[in-house]
Amino acid sequence: MNDGPLLETRGLTMRFGGVTAVAGADFTLGAGELRCLIGPNGAGKSTFFKCLTGQLRPTEGEILFDGASLVGEEPHAIARRGISIKTQVPSLFDGLSVAENLRLAAARTRNRAGTKAAVDEIVRLVGLADRTDSIASQLPHGQRQWLELGLVLACDPRLMLLDEPTAGMTKQEVARTADIIREIGRDRAMIVVEHDMQFIQMIAHRVTVFHQGRILAEDTMDEILANEEVRDVYLGKQAGAGRERDDA
Amino acid sequence: MNRNAAGLWTMAGLSLVLVFGVPAVVETFALIDFTLFIAMAILSLSLAFVWGFGGILCFGQSAFFGLGAYTYAVAVINMGESTVPILLGILLPVILALVLGYFMFYGRVSDVYLAVITLAASLVFYYLIGASAGDEYKIGSARLGGYNGMPSVPPINVPGDPSKPIEYEALYVPAAVLLAIVYFGLRALLASDFGRVLVSIRENEARTELLGYDARWNKTIALAIGAGVAGLAGVLFCAWGAYVSPTVFSLVFTAQIIMWILVGGLGTLSGAILGCVLIQYLATWLGETKIADVNIVLGAIFVAIVLLVPSGFVPMFARVGDALIRRRGEAES
Repeated sequence: MNDGPLLETRGLTMRFGGVTAVAGADFTLGAGELRCLIGPNGAGKSTFFKCLTGQLRPTEGEILFDGASLVGEEPHAIARRGISIKTQVPSLFDGLSVAENLRLAAARTRNRAGTKAAVDEIVRLVGLADRTDSIASQLPHGQRQWLELGLVLACDPRLMLLDEPTAGMTKQEVARTADIIREIGRDRAMIVVEHDMQFIQMIAHRVTVFHQGRILAEDTMDEILANEEVRDVYLGKQAGAGRERDDA
Repeated sequence: MNRNAAGLWTMAGLSLVLVFGVPAVVETFALIDFTLFIAMAILSLSLAFVWGFGGILCFGQSAFFGLGAYTYAVAVINMGESTVPILLGILLPVILALVLGYFMFYGRVSDVYLAVITLAASLVFYYLIGASAGDEYKIGSARLGGYNGMPSVPPINVPGDPSKPIEYEALYVPAAVLLAIVYFGLRALLASDFGRVLVSIRENEARTELLGYDARWNKTIALAIGAGVAGLAGVLFCAWGAYVSPTVFSLVFTAQIIMWILVGGLGTLSGAILGCVLIQYLATWLGETKIADVNIVLGAIFVAIVLLVPSGFVPMFARVGDALIRRRGEAES
């Protein structure tokens, strides 16, 4: 344990051939903090997440988690250090039931009884208590998102990365997701990538804006909404100037 | 009783029939044939585990089988007693699998190349051993014999007593017991935490790793377990025929193992046994009666099965069974 930030990136850069998806991002997250990450498509948010979880090895820069470097670590080793991710497209064990999915995630760090208790608690929390025997592939989209949220939670991480947790959800489902995130965010740090401004207002205190792989602004939601530069980026005045493929 | 438990009891019953029932009613000559089927069924199980549950398409399962057979032959000719050679026949394939697995999985080789590499490994053995004709190629007192193979390999004996061989029809019961042990052992392994993680890697490797499980390690171990089982099958095969030749490493043979599994049903263990015995029996029968060319008939059957029953026989039986149970349930309610 150290007293510094939980997560810190210094000059984090990820290039794919000639395309620079993340261009020297300096990002800091305190312990227990909930941060939202916004930015137009192709701003590098998902790539940033992939660097943090070891799915991509950054071209340059440093990632410090709790004071120790993560660069070059395998995804499973990073997960064991306490970082867990919900990917943009729900990534589940489609052939397994809800309970089996969660059991797998929970069993790595728990004994049999502990796993069972954790699964029971999580299905309640994410609202799938009456669907424990359903096969993951047969769940409607919103519930798949919740199940993946449950998987992430079952790892008992210190830092949760959520990539568009409300994508494709109805208004009620979005509100319910906000409740879940507020509930689980009480005792752990979280970075949430989102496009839905209303949702962000429901959960976030501080917001970081990504643009063209860099951090454009970082402030409270109200200040961000009032920021000229951010508006320009979102309204597309700079569109066409160096736009990249959607979340390359 | 759920399907899993029903399947378990069915297989337990079949094992008892296999070990105690069959020798009581079948004549000696057939029993010797059956022993070969059993050795092959163990080989089939080894790939069913690695491929069907580990998701590793190992096209060179025969490399482990053949290495087990040759290791046994060389060791038993030198030692004269079979206990240590049997263990070596399991151990060497495991070591080979650990080395291959390390390079393939830790090197993140993709699935297609994995099949190619394992197939190449088997063919390397084929040509290497094939080129070993002549007196200068011998290990201890065991001549490798090139494509002619190694004849007169001593049989398995009662552990510790080389004067009591277990050969011909006497090998049947130990082989049947070993098949049952391998089958139920693999089932238990699949029901363990290791087995669950293995299946989850097959289902979604990226997600499994993001949950903190090391896919590379788990796949390497799975390949090694499969190799050990294949090695055991090789030992049995070699002891059964008192003979081994490089054909155990050939493309035809290794492709057959894949065929057994596809016929019986990928993703099942019992299917691997069924497919293996079915195809072996058919091949033997065609070979004896000479009704038609074995390869043409087997090839035609294989194409027909892939087209008509793509999931294999056991999953099809299971579906039919489920449908019957459902219909009966509806009729009663």
